[in-house]
Amino acid sequence: MADHDVPQSKSRDLDKLLLRHGNLVDPGFFPGPQLRNDIREFVKILVVGAGGLGCELLKDLALSGFRNLDVIDMDRIEVTNLNRQFLFRLEDVGKPKAEVAAKRVMERVSGVEIVPHFSRIEDKEVDFYNDFNIIALGLDSMEARKYINGIACGFLEYNEDDAPVRDTIKPMVDGGTEGFKGHARVIMPGVTPCFECTIWLFPPQVKFPLCTLAETPRNAAHCIEYAHLIKWDEVHKGRSFDPDVPEHMKWVYDEAIRRAELFGIPGVTYSLTQGVVKNIIPAIASTNAIISAACALETLKIVSACSKTLTNYLTYNGGEGLYTKVTDFPRLDDCLVCGPGILIELDTSITLSKFIEMLEDHPKLLLSKASVTYGESNLYMQAPPVLEEMLRENLSKPLYDLMGRVQKDTIHVTGTSLKDKEKQSIQTKLRVVFKGADVVTDMDTAIGA
Amino acid sequence: MKRLEQEPTMVEEPKKTKYDRQLRIWGELGQTSLETASICLLNCGPTGSEALKNLVLGGIGSITIVDGSKVQIGDLGNNFMVDAKSVGQSKAKCVCGFLQELNDAVKANFIEENPDTLILKDPSFFSQFTLVVATQLVEDSMVKLDRICREANVMLVFARSYGLTGFVRISVKEHTAIESKPDHFLDDLRLNNPWPELKRFVETIDLNVAEPAAHKHIPYIVILVKVAEEWAQTHNSNLPSTREEKNEFKALVKSKMLSPDEDNYREATEAAFKVFAPRGISQDTQDIINDSCAEVGPNSSDFWLMVAALKEFISNEGGGEVPLEGSIPDMTSSTEHYINLQNIYYSKAEADFLSMEQRVKDILVKVGQDPSSISKPTIKSFCKNARKLKVCRYRMIEDEFRTPSVAALHKCLADEEYRSAIGFYILLRAVDRFAATYQKFPGQLDDGLMDHDVAQLKTIALSLLREMGCDGYMVEEELSNEMCRFGAAELHVVAAFIGGITSQEVIKLITKQFVPMSGTYIFNGIDHKSQSLTL
Repeated sequence: MADHDVPQSKSRDLDKLLLRHGNLVDPGFFPGPQLRNDIREFVKILVVGAGGLGCELLKDLALSGFRNLDVIDMDRIEVTNLNRQFLFRLEDVGKPKAEVAAKRVMERVSGVEIVPHFSRIEDKEVDFYNDFNIIALGLDSMEARKYINGIACGFLEYNEDDAPVRDTIKPMVDGGTEGFKGHARVIMPGVTPCFECTIWLFPPQVKFPLCTLAETPRNAAHCIEYAHLIKWDEVHKGRSFDPDVPEHMKWVYDEAIRRAELFGIPGVTYSLTQGVVKNIIPAIASTNAIISAACALETLKIVSACSKTLTNYLTYNGGEGLYTKVTDFPRLDDCLVCGPGILIELDTSITLSKFIEMLEDHPKLLLSKASVTYGESNLYMQAPPVLEEMLRENLSKPLYDLMGRVQKDTIHVTGTSLKDKEKQSIQTKLRVVFKGADVVTDMDTAIGA
Repeated sequence: MKRLEQEPTMVEEPKKTKYDRQLRIWGELGQTSLETASICLLNCGPTGSEALKNLVLGGIGSITIVDGSKVQIGDLGNNFMVDAKSVGQSKAKCVCGFLQELNDAVKANFIEENPDTLILKDPSFFSQFTLVVATQLVEDSMVKLDRICREANVMLVFARSYGLTGFVRISVKEHTAIESKPDHFLDDLRLNNPWPELKRFVETIDLNVAEPAAHKHIPYIVILVKVAEEWAQTHNSNLPSTREEKNEFKALVKSKMLSPDEDNYREATEAAFKVFAPRGISQDTQDIINDSCAEVGPNSSDFWLMVAALKEFISNEGGGEVPLEGSIPDMTSSTEHYINLQNIYYSKAEADFLSMEQRVKDILVKVGQDPSSISKPTIKSFCKNARKLKVCRYRMIEDEFRTPSVAALHKCLADEEYRSAIGFYILLRAVDRFAATYQKFPGQLDDGLMDHDVAQLKTIALSLLREMGCDGYMVEEELSNEMCRFGAAELHVVAAFIGGITSQEVIKLITKQFVPMSGTYIFNGIDHKSQSLTL
């Protein structure tokens, strides 16, 4: 029933959403060819991960009017990817995922530009992430999500009324899958809960008690983890276990079998050994397709306002019937990552050096060797030596002066924190409020503002 | 006593490795059923193509694409399986070619034919398939195809993408699942009804053993059976039933604890509720054995024949219980106690299985079938999953259209959570009626008739509501307007979502594992508050 007289446009279907007025749309929706063209020309989306979700995301976004995409993934293609990562073929095994994915989508969808990044997300400068309008996550680990969440929320600034500054909000769309289950969520830092705000959603990983592994194993997984976590080190002093080396895996399997036989425990198979050691998550194409589609749809809606957006967390389970649920999770006002930052009240006379000392003892921080930045400027850097020397003179100046004598503002500190007996390098926001300062103040002496 | 299982071959065949991540979900048997299935797809726009892509990646046996259209420029904007070179060519041919590249183990064919025509002219065409995926069909064709597939006993799944809405609907007379694999399901420990061998074993263990290490490695199964025994002796052979009694029982368990680090006692307290659980079978199991299909005859399926055996078992040697599942969860225990317990549970499950096997054979003979026609592994699986059996039945589309459940409709229309879903359900039917009259979908063309289309669509929706016994209700104004705005657009992301759901349901239907959806799934891409409506 198509209209044959009018020459067709590639965006025949999308145009219905982008060029027409709507009823259930977000405020700020300005339908028209301009909107469609602006999305094509100016909007940049970053897809993090080129695996099960990433491949689908790239396709979905390319076919939703986006022309400028980047994709980042540090992995190479493996055979076990091929049941769902449809952009890869058998001959691609061993090649970088990001590069092959980008190439394949560009081959099929003309006009789209995809820049691949075969690298770890940690290896990119923070500025890299600021280049994009939206970051779409197709990740499979909490750590990676935490990292990107930290970066995106790091861009967020608050104004004097403790409200998020609109231009500094970096939206993220995050998806995750496991077997028939999955989730899709929209994170608007400062507005909807960030990953950290809802960290309690994710159950802790199964860890077997040491005494069970060492003394009273009862099932196959216990035997496997004994071989993997205890016996390996005993026998291979110094050499670390690499699950991707078949000989290592075989060694663990043989040891697990030996132990199982000793205790009369059934069930150790090579497949189970791999599953337990690598923490393999079962994965299928359909769930990845569903979750990615939801994420891409939200990305289109956030950018164009062509419809209302998901508020804010979609839970999906397709194993027992079909179950979808939308939950409007609240933010944590005092979230360390997306909140205005830990409140620190200071006297105007406190020097930068004293401030840095205070961070070590602050119960929520325990931050040692802190480097301090305020807006664009570095107030003090522990490294590199050249920078340290240059900024050393700031240590004896009052922090109040260094911050341009504002009554309160956000600063960022980076350093080493002792959390759970482990040293971690962290960056965190602090909300500094100066006591006894004049509110209407000497803004004209602001440094680096 | 050792029971080591057969170690499957360690040789890593490429095929097996490719499917590793999904084999961990549905196993070799599930994979085989997929690889021997033949699927027919009607219409290979993005909805159908995306559904098929997921099945092809998973190793489906064969696909046959039926679509008579040619690739248009507009298709390049929503369908990944066609590219610039394909414009003007058969869409079925192009999509088929792309899918074949995705997995050369799949047999991929196409037929350049309009599905609506095929449904009218050659209904017998569909009998050759395991399952038909019918996408983007209008009501009239849906009803006709439904009749054809029901008659031919071919499974059918409908899918439609329409702007930011759409639906998925299975249409199958009956689907039974033994391996329903629910996420959370209580283990089968029979702490509320221990059998003689378990009781005898428990008697051999002394809870009051002096040595601390031994004391804290007594598994909670033993603890609870003993304490339940103790309780029953002082309570007229009854188990705790009131809240007070349950608390007393837990306190009794706790009182045997020697020190706070005894995990086995902590586990026992947490698992005490398993002692209070009522004995016997669940309502779900009751419903299945009381189903009319459990009165078996020569044409009964294997599933119902086994249900008939189950019914007999429960009333006889089962003592009101199903065959024991046979596995126990991990728990703090010495290895020796644990393995002994495992063997005891395993033995009873084995004995129950042998009884069931005999009954199945006898029933097969009774209905005139070969007593070995249901395999041992099948009966074993049935026994293990006896508490988790699922029976799904789906109304024919025309029945749902003619006589929808008025009660369910009223409930949905009055419920905030369901109103948009039912609104879209009605509108999705209304647009087809509109198209039948006006030869276009409302708002489909930029012909300046949007206002007219909106008005007409609303009128049709109202008359549909009246037909469905819902006078006085209205579809929300905004929804009707949006529906015209959508103008029958097939957006890639919506198609990918709907296609994903479709492929997932197909997998569950073919592998007969997990549980297929019920009713009609109405997708709401505006706020994602999608719902399943059973009318």
